[in-house]
Amino acid sequence: MQHKRITLFAGHYGSGKTNIAVNYAMHLKALGENVVVADLDIVNPYFRTRDSLEDFEKAGIRLISSEFASSNVDLPALPQDVYSILDNPTECAIMDIGGDDRGAYALGRYADSIKSENNYEMLFIFNKYRPLTPTAQDAAEIMAEIENACHIKFTAIVNNSNLGGLTTAEDILSSVGETQRLSEITGLPVKMTSVRSDLVNNLNGKVENLFPLTLQKKIV
Amino acid sequence: MGEKVLMKGNEAIAESAIRAGCMHYFGYPITPQTEIAAYMAKRMPKVGGVFLQAESEIAAINMVLGVAATGKRVMTSSSSPGVSLKSEGISYIAGSDVPALIVNVQRGGPGLGGIQPSQSDYFQAVKGGSHGDFKKVVLAPASVQEMADLTATAFDLADKYRVPAMILADGTLGQMMEPVELPDSAPKAFDKPWALTGTKCQRKHNICNSLYLKPEELEKTNFERFARYKEIEENEVLFEEYLMDDAEICVVSFGITARVAKNAIVEARAKGIKVGMIRPITLWPFPEKVLRAAADKCKAFLSVEMNMGQMIEDIKLATECKKPVYLCNRTGGMIPSPEEVLAKIVEINEGGDR
Repeated sequence: MQHKRITLFAGHYGSGKTNIAVNYAMHLKALGENVVVADLDIVNPYFRTRDSLEDFEKAGIRLISSEFASSNVDLPALPQDVYSILDNPTECAIMDIGGDDRGAYALGRYADSIKSENNYEMLFIFNKYRPLTPTAQDAAEIMAEIENACHIKFTAIVNNSNLGGLTTAEDILSSVGETQRLSEITGLPVKMTSVRSDLVNNLNGKVENLFPLTLQKKIV
Repeated sequence: MGEKVLMKGNEAIAESAIRAGCMHYFGYPITPQTEIAAYMAKRMPKVGGVFLQAESEIAAINMVLGVAATGKRVMTSSSSPGVSLKSEGISYIAGSDVPALIVNVQRGGPGLGGIQPSQSDYFQAVKGGSHGDFKKVVLAPASVQEMADLTATAFDLADKYRVPAMILADGTLGQMMEPVELPDSAPKAFDKPWALTGTKCQRKHNICNSLYLKPEELEKTNFERFARYKEIEENEVLFEEYLMDDAEICVVSFGITARVAKNAIVEARAKGIKVGMIRPITLWPFPEKVLRAAADKCKAFLSVEMNMGQMIEDIKLATECKKPVYLCNRTGGMIPSPEEVLAKIVEINEGGDR
């Protein structure tokens, strides 16, 4: 699986962006990259990349995150050192964008630099089991809203369709068709299908480009 | 039932309300319930409903009163400090005998408190929580599925008895994601001859008001209203019993802490301790009868709450203090662990002190 210097994870609220971003960072680190993760979420005070700080430190991944993230201070803020990503081309950067168009506005201020370097991927995280994106058409609408908000176009789709801890291999298989339709509507490739790691064996050979999610945060 | 979807508790309330025929939402953002408003903002325009972010909580609840008077299903949602701001309007809704839904996704208090979950608005929810003699139906969901199901129940009870109803949830239930099945069936219809819908010069006009300057009249409306409350107490109590058949210790817990307690009960049963749970689903009306009956069989009660001990008072009243009632609690945004609850169960089983 090819990657670019900068990978942007964006999508509908609660689609799994942060979880995939964290796992993708581990994946790139394992490939020997010098990895930095930036949390650009200005929408949600909970479930932030900072929750994985310990895992990142152990793995040697740099985290750029607002000092208010995961602090219970309900203050939307961007860390000033996000700009260091744009200035240091030796690092492989992952940017975790807040949900929906509202979250994507924060990315807009970096759009010109990201586009002029032109070594990025912007991935749309799709979960067909979320209530506002049951169909490819619904998802495509949200994609357009996000692109309008951040002034960057998506380059590929990640199928992260799941029902949380109760997801079965069957649930994943029955999401493939809708993901394919989203790919046809938007003209974008499906980069990968992210699944809980214990489902990988069941799905090998049935779904292309499986991406196992080994790190999972749970609340209750 | 429809297809399974993965929802946050807050989203489940919003979607379920729309399916229950609620076409009017008025609110003001506050963590941890903001997703209800965000969801309504996205969905209401698509279904021909109204989403309005008011200039304040006080404005929002008075907009709710206005729509409620027309007989349309209407709701607002907030979290603890915001519900305090709405309390004056909730009293007016009760005093005007109109149905409406208020959702409280509780956070730690008092004051501004914090944004982590709590159950410390129990008193505020079930003891009136505003001025005047009144009650509201209070429902306490314990899963994302129940966030959806009880929202529909709340609208039905509010309509049936012309009272305000409240969903008393907490930040955990609001934020957590679980698969949910949403109903496809049409919402129940209620006759509302009292509603302000325009007389078309064909009937006497209806009046919706909570001002009564003659004390005799005000007393009479209060007596009549409380007769309705008695009907609710007799007919609408909801609770879940868990492993109570042979239980010697009865855990009483609602909402998210009931889930924690369930895990502890399974562990305690594995140790041979006869423990079960009564989970109130309606906090008002409180499941008094089943608790009173349990007091004749069990040797002790344990209230598990995320506050300094509020529901414990209602357990003591319901059981007429026949047996000791112990408390296992965390507060300020902290959630008790199954281990803490288990330790308390073991201590009680070994005859621990109050």
